[in-house]
Amino acid sequence: MNENILEVVNLRKIYNHRNDSVVALDDVSFKVKRGEIFGLLGPNGAGKTTTIGVLTTKTIPSGGKAFLGGIEVAKNPLEIKKRIAIVPQNYNLDRGLSVRDNLIFHAKYFGVSKEEREQRADYLLEEMDLYGRRNDQVLNFSDGMKRRLMIARALMHDPEIIFLDEATIGLDPEARLLIWRKIKELNNKGVTVFLTTHYMEEADRLCDHVAIMDKGKILVLDSPDQLKSMLPDGNIIELRLENINDEFLSSLEGIKGIKKIETGIDVIKLFTDGKDNIVQEVFGLVFKFKLPVLAIQHYSPTLEDLFIYLTGKGLHSGD
Amino acid sequence: MNTQTFFAIMQRDFKVLLKEFDEFVIRVAVQPTLFVLVFGLVLPKIGEIPQGYINLIAPGILGMSMLTAGVFSTAIPLAWDFGATREIEDRLFAPISVRAVLLEKIVMGMIQAWLAGGIVFPIIYLFTRQNLNIQVQSYFFLLLILFLTGIISALFGMVLGTTFEPIKFSLMFSFIVIPMIFLGAAYYSWDSLKAIPWLKWVTLVNPLLYVNEGFRAILTPQISHIRLEYSLIGLIVSSIVFTIMAIKGFERRVYN
Repeated sequence: MNENILEVVNLRKIYNHRNDSVVALDDVSFKVKRGEIFGLLGPNGAGKTTTIGVLTTKTIPSGGKAFLGGIEVAKNPLEIKKRIAIVPQNYNLDRGLSVRDNLIFHAKYFGVSKEEREQRADYLLEEMDLYGRRNDQVLNFSDGMKRRLMIARALMHDPEIIFLDEATIGLDPEARLLIWRKIKELNNKGVTVFLTTHYMEEADRLCDHVAIMDKGKILVLDSPDQLKSMLPDGNIIELRLENINDEFLSSLEGIKGIKKIETGIDVIKLFTDGKDNIVQEVFGLVFKFKLPVLAIQHYSPTLEDLFIYLTGKGLHSGD
Repeated sequence: MNTQTFFAIMQRDFKVLLKEFDEFVIRVAVQPTLFVLVFGLVLPKIGEIPQGYINLIAPGILGMSMLTAGVFSTAIPLAWDFGATREIEDRLFAPISVRAVLLEKIVMGMIQAWLAGGIVFPIIYLFTRQNLNIQVQSYFFLLLILFLTGIISALFGMVLGTTFEPIKFSLMFSFIVIPMIFLGAAYYSWDSLKAIPWLKWVTLVNPLLYVNEGFRAILTPQISHIRLEYSLIGLIVSSIVFTIMAIKGFERRVYN
């Protein structure tokens, strides 16, 4: 069996509108190993959903190729659809059917035998903590329950790979943790997981490999730890202020050991070489300018910092 | 085509239809019942219109009931699916071609148009049997017209459902469906329009005209009607045009 379940080569997607055309995917190439959790991290509009669209036969690429299990996606959509499962960003459960029938009919579409689909439906409802609600109408479900039901539905036909598009968007922290645990569990059973997210913590905690995407391009691709080590050695000092004073900024530039300064509306991020004296010097300047500081943090870099370092903007800047 | 998946999707649609079958019957039956009551019973009784008027409008009531049932069976779910809920995705991602999913929708729309005909015809008969004079000319052509009416209704619904957003539906209904019904030669025969020649020619673009005139030719040949061959040509041309438009509309909404 091929080690890579997915191979994407020079993928391009251009949307032509009346007056202009938008490049959604700009020469995207990557590979996904069988059995791993692969994450596409980037802000809204980076091209994550378009990538999933192409890989799941829904979006026709303008150029390049995608192979799933050695089969070219655009050439044989039917064969691809048998092997994949999709949990889209929006809730697309069948509201004409009960909770359990959502699973049963999905399996029927895929030709799963009666005995097997009954058994699998009950098992997955149990797994997703939904068995008690199996005869309910989907309409009354909370977002977290809908998401879990969609994951259960995706697993009904025993796919080789499951695509999760922003699986935890809009969920409360508890529901998010539960979804993370379910994703880990199904991955432990051998299902390859391809997820998109704009939560760097999600990518960091779940993924074996992460591709950071922005404006239709993949900027970097590696394991979360490797990615974080791409940042210049050292730490980050984050200052939250009521307003940012230009004089203060230029004084910061004078401190030795600060390699890069990124500013937002009310936040300054200092990428440092990690020496302790820098924190003291920054404090000194804060006192000197009598700045109203809301918060100071000194920490090791995260994927979000890498994203800021690479693009000069935050992951949530589009929100 | 993957027939197993095709029939599973059909089974799903039947399940949903049967669950709300009482609603379906009410939706289909109320308007024609009132129509028959007023034009077949009340107005003739009080002497406003002749007793035999029902023979003029019976084919039209049947035709427009079938058309609206078929149109709405595909238009409303599709508009919601593509405009808001995306529920159809589960079927689009099933191992079956997109065109097969479209075909299934058309078959279900046809079945619902026929069901509407099966509900409405007995209602017409029940209220007006003393005056109703139906003489079926050819069962073969009756079935052919029923078949084409079903297809056209489902396809036309698909065109509307893939074109209009759900919030524009009442507007679309007022602008497209209502004029189609009123100018579809349901309440008068097309031939009698010689009094208003321009309307006679303009309404030839209305596919419902051929449905109603076709039923007239088969069911009440004593009333003047367009020759059956011409109605059939009208129906076949409409089917072809709507097939092309429905496929285009559907694929445009599926792929992006």
